[in-house]
Amino acid sequence: MASTDAAALRVDVAIVGAGLSGSCIARQLSAYKLDVVLLDKECDVSMGVSRANSGIVHGGFHHNLKYLKSRLEIRGNLMYDRLQRELDFPFKRCGILVAALNDEEMKYIDHLYTQGVENGAIGIEMCSRERMFELEPKLNPDCVGGLHAPGGGVLEPYRFVFSVVESAQKNGVEVVTGFEVVHAERAGERYRIHAADGRQMEARYVVNAAGLFADRVSEIFGAEEFQIIPRKGEYFLLDRATEAAPQRVLFPVPTKVSKGMLVIPTVEGTVLIGPTAQEIEDKEDLSTNTDQLNLILDQARKMVPKVSQTDVITAFSGLRPALADGDFYIDISAKAPNFIQVAGIQSPGLTAAPAIGEYVKDLVKKAGCSLVEKAEWDPYVSKLPRIRDLGPYEADNLVNANPAYGNVVCRCEEISEAEIVEAIHRGHTTLDGIKYFTRAGMGRCQGGFCSYKIIKLLIRETGISYKDIQKCGAGSELLRDAL
Amino acid sequence: MVPAASFYAMHCEGREGMKELQYDVLVIGAGAAGLAAALEVSRNNASCALVERESHLGGILIQCIHNGFGLEEYKEELTGPEFAERQIQAVRAADVDVFTDTTVTQLNAENDRKEAYCYSAVYGVLRISARAVILAMGCRERNRGNIRTPGTRPAGVYTAGLAQRLVNIEGYIPGKDVVIVGSGDIGLIMARRMTWVGAKVHAVIEIQPYPSGLTRNIVQCLNDFEIPLYLSHVVSRIEGKHRVEKVQVSPLTHGIPDDENSFEIQCDTLLLSVGLIPENELSKEAGVEINSQTNGALVDATMMTSIDGVFSCGNVLHVHDLADWVAEEARRAGAYAVGYLRNERPKRQMRIKAGANVRYINPAMFDPDNPDKLYFRSLIVKNQAKLQIKLDHKPVKELRLSHVQPSEMLHVNLKPKDVAGWNIMKDSVLEVSIE
Repeated sequence: MASTDAAALRVDVAIVGAGLSGSCIARQLSAYKLDVVLLDKECDVSMGVSRANSGIVHGGFHHNLKYLKSRLEIRGNLMYDRLQRELDFPFKRCGILVAALNDEEMKYIDHLYTQGVENGAIGIEMCSRERMFELEPKLNPDCVGGLHAPGGGVLEPYRFVFSVVESAQKNGVEVVTGFEVVHAERAGERYRIHAADGRQMEARYVVNAAGLFADRVSEIFGAEEFQIIPRKGEYFLLDRATEAAPQRVLFPVPTKVSKGMLVIPTVEGTVLIGPTAQEIEDKEDLSTNTDQLNLILDQARKMVPKVSQTDVITAFSGLRPALADGDFYIDISAKAPNFIQVAGIQSPGLTAAPAIGEYVKDLVKKAGCSLVEKAEWDPYVSKLPRIRDLGPYEADNLVNANPAYGNVVCRCEEISEAEIVEAIHRGHTTLDGIKYFTRAGMGRCQGGFCSYKIIKLLIRETGISYKDIQKCGAGSELLRDAL
Repeated sequence: MVPAASFYAMHCEGREGMKELQYDVLVIGAGAAGLAAALEVSRNNASCALVERESHLGGILIQCIHNGFGLEEYKEELTGPEFAERQIQAVRAADVDVFTDTTVTQLNAENDRKEAYCYSAVYGVLRISARAVILAMGCRERNRGNIRTPGTRPAGVYTAGLAQRLVNIEGYIPGKDVVIVGSGDIGLIMARRMTWVGAKVHAVIEIQPYPSGLTRNIVQCLNDFEIPLYLSHVVSRIEGKHRVEKVQVSPLTHGIPDDENSFEIQCDTLLLSVGLIPENELSKEAGVEINSQTNGALVDATMMTSIDGVFSCGNVLHVHDLADWVAEEARRAGAYAVGYLRNERPKRQMRIKAGANVRYINPAMFDPDNPDKLYFRSLIVKNQAKLQIKLDHKPVKELRLSHVQPSEMLHVNLKPKDVAGWNIMKDSVLEVSIE
């Protein structure tokens, strides 16, 4: 990610963590006359919790309003349509179905419905068996009824973060990647923040949106003690040609631990099944495991019997940064001055993210920071054309303007050279960065055909040595030597 | 060869609307199959467009710098690039319009004139229409997701073909300590290749109890370099945070990885040679019916798919062992496509059934008036096997096969004299089995 030199940086607000929460907070603050910096320890933004999750904008019926997360979920959901118009990220309100497979489960559907109505979830509907099959013919024939929440939807979380960060940058926010906060001290009215690589910077206010590492960052700043418990979720991604693709997001009836294993038609046309839910200890353990993967297939088939393991194109896992009480912890620190905690942002964190941005903006003000609106704030980012979204006539016009749109580099996801070059120019200079920004390498061949082409484009566009081409950050170099 | 650029200038430049070109036959893909098919079309005096998404012709052949090609087609042993060069020279000398750097993104095949939308940086978006289409897109490699190997997701996991491209064409060495999964031919060739460029190949891990590559490659690529081959083993876990650090290898007991007898191999690179999948996404979107055994199109005795005028050949039809056989098959597809244009269609065809111990047989139909080559694969490993062909349950031909195994493709050539005495009914079925 395009990274500003942090050495001489002195800002009003430093946000630690450039995931969904951090980026939405940064964009909100970019509307005011403030110097804001968004820090992340990874090579690109959205490479932590926000990279691997279900990508669902929830329907507002899963949680009771007594939870902060539920209130922010309801508010966040309503903010997405406008954000899509401003930020041009793929998003679809495809709706959510919760399927009950027996009468016992149907009782729980009653409860979810009542909760949804109390929460003000728009358009929520109790469904008979017939209605369920009208909405989703591929459902397990054992389904006895369920719940329909038409306000739910799908998006690609990282793609959303990229757009939000771009908008924040356009309005003056500095993004500093590869900046792992290891130490902080008070220097007068400010914090002096030190990175692992020796860089430092100063900030008057600090927002802790460090995801899995929010407990560690809180400790570094002398704020509250708490523990983030990573809960792993493993997924399978299915080929877009799978016969199992549903029209809407399919949920089972939730358990105490999680919302259960879903079948998700992603906004880009592939199908995601999962996640599992397993508490682990290591916050960097993103491994996948055979027993869990088998469980996903079993559970997904309970929703859609047509799910087939031959459709699997990849497996991955993500971690939920959970707190013991299960709720979000968003507040001004009672211990560290001018320090705001944004921790425990697990599901429905993606749905809530825009509302978290708003909420934290108000907390920053409450903490004493004066917010003066900028007249020139521009909420829009420029649209990036993608040939996969265009018909042949429109694509032809695009190629006439820039021939590189005619060169299809990633055949599976239909991504042109021009789109990859644009990603590189926007600072996505690793294979994963390019993959998450453009989708090149995300399809059925998983980069088998296009990786070397992207490596060549990276070398051509940036001039870096082949030895420095990384999958995702230092240590992940792809090539060892040359002939 | 007519340079596509001049053809383009003649027909498209300065025109309003979609640029459109018309041909008798469109061949999609210019690897061993597409080149042979296009050449055959042009030899039969039909106009032909050959569309290739890469900037070079020859497909995957050009990265196969080892020898072993051409023994049947050219009666001499060639490398992959040499084999391709012979085909390319012939196509250049012929009347074929070649479009490189051009990707077909959509094929509309339901009408008499088929239309393909082609994306290119040079020509923009082109619509090429033709009365017949030959699908020759080849195959892709199965990857880690397809075999569902658990563990972390670090850098250093490559499909063998990608590694081959990196080493042989781009000149990069992806890693120094290598473990190879799968004893398919590309994996074996890469074991030797990586050794030659100075890497240490620690092991080849094969899930089956027998190797899946050609015997000559086991000898020349593994045995000669003392690279151990573990049969009935799997890589059960990949470890490493940023780059592969080690893999866990487990023997299979009753088809399940045996954790207790697992061992680790330190390495920085894992190459996957775990099978190929015909790349039929374009065909499927066009409505072509697929054979679930081959992942290729279901074709009749003339290599025509379920859509009239759409033909399929080479690795997009079924994965072959030898480029020579690909070229042979493609040549027939080219000739049949031209026959289709001239309304020369079989008078009758009968179904061919894969019988006992036969995984599939290609094509799936037989024309008794024009008996042709049949390719098939065994489901079993056996020495001194017997091939039996039955017509409506009555044996009509038997052949001895010295050795059969699933990874080695077999073929049988039926001659008119074989068919002469057959009593063929309207709904007769031919069955091919192995005992």
